[in-house]
Amino acid sequence: MKQFLSTRWGIIAVGIFIGIIASLLQFWGNPPNMGICVACFERDIAGALGLHRAAVVQYMRPEIIGFVLGSFASAYLFKEFRSRLGSAPIVRFVLGVFAMIGALVFLGCPWRALLRLAGGDGNAILGLLGLTVGIWIGTIFLKNGFNLGRSNKTHTTAGWIMPLIMLGFLVMMLFSPPIAGENQSRLLFYSLEGPGSMYAPLAVSLVVGLAIGFLAQKSRFCTMGAIRDLILFKQTHLFGGLVALAVAAFLTNLILGQFNPGFVGQPVAHNMHFWNFAGMSLAGLAFALAGGCPGRQLFLSGEGDGDASIFVIGMIVGAGVAHNFGLASSPAGATTAGIAALVVGFAVCAFIGLTMKANTA
Amino acid sequence: MAEVVDARGLSCPQPVIITVNAIKAGDQDQLTVLVDTDTAKENVSRATNAQGWKVLDIQPEGEGYQIKIAK
Repeated sequence: MKQFLSTRWGIIAVGIFIGIIASLLQFWGNPPNMGICVACFERDIAGALGLHRAAVVQYMRPEIIGFVLGSFASAYLFKEFRSRLGSAPIVRFVLGVFAMIGALVFLGCPWRALLRLAGGDGNAILGLLGLTVGIWIGTIFLKNGFNLGRSNKTHTTAGWIMPLIMLGFLVMMLFSPPIAGENQSRLLFYSLEGPGSMYAPLAVSLVVGLAIGFLAQKSRFCTMGAIRDLILFKQTHLFGGLVALAVAAFLTNLILGQFNPGFVGQPVAHNMHFWNFAGMSLAGLAFALAGGCPGRQLFLSGEGDGDASIFVIGMIVGAGVAHNFGLASSPAGATTAGIAALVVGFAVCAFIGLTMKANTA
Repeated sequence: MAEVVDARGLSCPQPVIITVNAIKAGDQDQLTVLVDTDTAKENVSRATNAQGWKVLDIQPEGEGYQIKIAK
């Protein structure tokens, strides 16, 4: 098992597992074409905590909690847990913020882009093209010596903080179960309509999240890395997992009757092609500079990487910023403020990418 | 004594980039790569093979691994 997961077939198996499970989660109650979306779900968590008050996207998503805790368990079992941090944390925070803003202009992370495609949403093609271009820009910075610098080994406690935060979220959730017809329950906000009101049963979401976190930690599943390694090293190892996810979700959608091809009226999506493209380009660039897709950052958070945790916190705060300032798109389309934020985001990423060339000697 | 590539503390994809750069520099037929995560160990090993080099030996060292690679 330990060896298998790091092989080519191992990562393909993990991709198939995630694809099937994601489609099933939609069948079990998660929003359409959003069985698992790390960006959307972190945005929902920001809403549940009241960091933004967009009423339709508030839910403490147990899948995200499971990803970190599952990875934590895997890292300990395989003796890979290493507490480390200090590789430009504030920069990673800012990259997380703009990664989220870009993802919310498109309305999804790379996982959801694949799931949207697998559900027949043609707009995802623009998102995936944008993601690829953003990552390609990131590889140019990498080739020119971009480097966020070294992390350092630190106290074990530091690596436990993010898993403990997630455990805290779970406790908050158990302590504040949803109340029918109420948008608030003790500590947490809930959505009464919209995507935030659609969710699979807590236990199902949590167990699935734990399983994916466990498998993905060991297999290093990463959608950004899949595209980056293809461009940078012409290496297809991770790409196998990405393709497997999309194909498995597509086939599961066909069986479940969840495949509805088209560009118009797709769930939690808009069809402003250029902004779908540009939003995901910014996200892809930020992921490439930070070294991992949003899912991978969660798995790294579970194995003790404090810098990845800072990126995750950046994404959650970024969701608050995106909704409080009206940067996030809706099915009606991208917003003027969101477009302005994309311009700022590209400028910030270019500044970081051009100026940070830490000496690795 | 082979040249040492220190990739400890570097996040993806830096360990692979600096290893491949050292291989492509062409003035060595043997390198020692230091990494501090299992992910980096796997990635460096994979990249070494893709470059037509071989992984001779992997030893635990400190919190990480010492990977010996050669042409």
